[in-house]
Amino acid sequence: MNLETIITHSPALIVAVPLLGAFLTPLVAKINDKVRNIFVILTVGLTAFLVYLLASDVLANGIRTYVFGGGSPVIGSGESAFAIRILFEVDGMNIFMAIIASILALAGVIYSWAFMKGNTGLDKYYTLILLMIAGMFGMILTGDMFNFFVFLEITSISACALIAFWTNKGRAVDAGFKYIVISSIGALFVLFAIGILYGQYNALNMAVLANSMQYTFLDKIALVLLIAGLAMKAGIVPMHMWLPDAYGRAPSPVTLILVGTTQASLYGVLRMSFTVYGGHLTTPLKQVGDITIDLSLLLGIVIVALAIVTILIGVLMALKQTNFKRMIAFAAVGEIGYIFLAIGTAITTITNDPNTGATILTGSGEMALKGGIFHIINDALDVGLLFLVAGAIYYAAKETSLDKMGGLARNLKYTTVFFLIGLLAVSGMPPMNGFASKLMIYQSTYQINPILAIVAILCSILLLAAFVKVFHAAFLGPKLPKFTGVKEVPKSMLIAMGIIACIIIFFGLFPDFVVNNIVQPAANALADNSIYITQVIGGGL
Amino acid sequence: MIFNIPFIAVAALVLIGLYAVVFKRNLIKIVIGITLIESGVNLFLITLAYRKDSTAPIYTASPGGIMSMPVPHALTLTSIVIGVAVLALMLSLVVYIYRHYKTLDVRKIGGGEEE
Repeated sequence: MNLETIITHSPALIVAVPLLGAFLTPLVAKINDKVRNIFVILTVGLTAFLVYLLASDVLANGIRTYVFGGGSPVIGSGESAFAIRILFEVDGMNIFMAIIASILALAGVIYSWAFMKGNTGLDKYYTLILLMIAGMFGMILTGDMFNFFVFLEITSISACALIAFWTNKGRAVDAGFKYIVISSIGALFVLFAIGILYGQYNALNMAVLANSMQYTFLDKIALVLLIAGLAMKAGIVPMHMWLPDAYGRAPSPVTLILVGTTQASLYGVLRMSFTVYGGHLTTPLKQVGDITIDLSLLLGIVIVALAIVTILIGVLMALKQTNFKRMIAFAAVGEIGYIFLAIGTAITTITNDPNTGATILTGSGEMALKGGIFHIINDALDVGLLFLVAGAIYYAAKETSLDKMGGLARNLKYTTVFFLIGLLAVSGMPPMNGFASKLMIYQSTYQINPILAIVAILCSILLLAAFVKVFHAAFLGPKLPKFTGVKEVPKSMLIAMGIIACIIIFFGLFPDFVVNNIVQPAANALADNSIYITQVIGGGL
Repeated sequence: MIFNIPFIAVAALVLIGLYAVVFKRNLIKIVIGITLIESGVNLFLITLAYRKDSTAPIYTASPGGIMSMPVPHALTLTSIVIGVAVLALMLSLVVYIYRHYKTLDVRKIGGGEEE
């Protein structure tokens, strides 16, 4: 059992460990609550360690595939042979998302220790949390379309049950119902698209599909269904209405991991459009004079338009909220808009290389893609930290309405510092990580169209305004008599917030390190799908 | 034409289901709409598997000739199991919503001040 064996099997273990842990939790909980909490944290810690091992290997040696149940039966021979099995494929993009998921999962379970104390039904809570984490990692690591659908549903079901965890509050159950309606319809769209693709190409493997993609009329329908289905779960306007409710009413640690599952759906959009349909993004659609309109241009413009609306609605709605968690939820909608703005901008610039015929990103497109991918991790950390702070305030002062708060900085010293870090990061102020990625997005979108960059900067300023208002309302001001007994939150919550805050500051101070080491491989993996296809079909076995 | 009837049924089921989800105001009817969409998608997968004159792929004493594709059948079984779980979860949430608001009308639930 040396390190190489563990790394070889780690794609399967990353999903298997939390899944096994989930069903062991009720048994372990029979001993006592403390042992159960330690067991859950150790399970997630082990998963995070496996992600770290796999990441160091994938970033050094390139893509890894894991075939469940051995190499045979194999279709084809030689270079084009592939196993008809469920495959897990891990390249730069997968491992990048897995790193995000592991950070959020670890912080979430550590935070849960103190935050959820005193609630009943915690055995089920931890089981569901671990199931959700397993589903999230499965979505991220799988290379099989149907497997992706199954993990999507596992994540939806456990996330829905967790959103409605406080069943004594009617509004939480309402939010859970909204979430399950949206996500099950989205998942059924995805399944429909998978059926269409399977009917044509007789394959469920993403690389095989990408390789044999003909881009027929049916494929266009499948593309629309896939993107619409996954965008519903990612919370793009106009399919965003579940998101503020679900984020705002779930327990804070659940919201933190929910941010991770939303990002996993976002990853699904990227994987489908860049890898599965990657070879056909430059299909010419229409000739107008000398200019050919490619699919990439049309798709990019649609995504950019949706992204701008998402940013505007998210930020403007955040400004008028009086409930702390709802306000952060709308800010999260806006942040997802930034990611899509960058991705859409990158898609518009995809063209064919005149020499080799391969699809490449031109000019500022590469910068936009890197900025967008970098912003995925920054968004997860910033918004996650703010949700944890909101949870800490709720835990300490039992208050979520901004109108009724005030002077809490006297009681909650560390929480105030963490909130300031989150505030600066989410509104893109230096020296936090949000600044690094937003600057890349501003620069690249400015070269495509200055108006996009202006809207993006303006919305960042509005976001800053909204959060400064919160800072003033909740933390500054005179001491309120009803908050005299409020004490600093317990250590486990401070540790969870501290982990995320440290990573935010580290990313903000050394953005080059992050961009070169984990963002660049992810961007390369998305920009060129031929490596993915050849590695999985040919050399992977 | 006769072979297209399953596909027409698929389209009809999915569209009726979507109509129910979007326009109906009763929570139970929304849940029914989702199960209709799910049945449509399952029927689509089954229809994909069928070839003319094919036998079931579990039939060991096959009279010869072609068999229908087993993979979509496996996908459908998985999808049905997931569908049951989702349905049970949705209905249990409906029960909770009814206990809180004493109504199933979507216009009357979830309103009021944020807690």
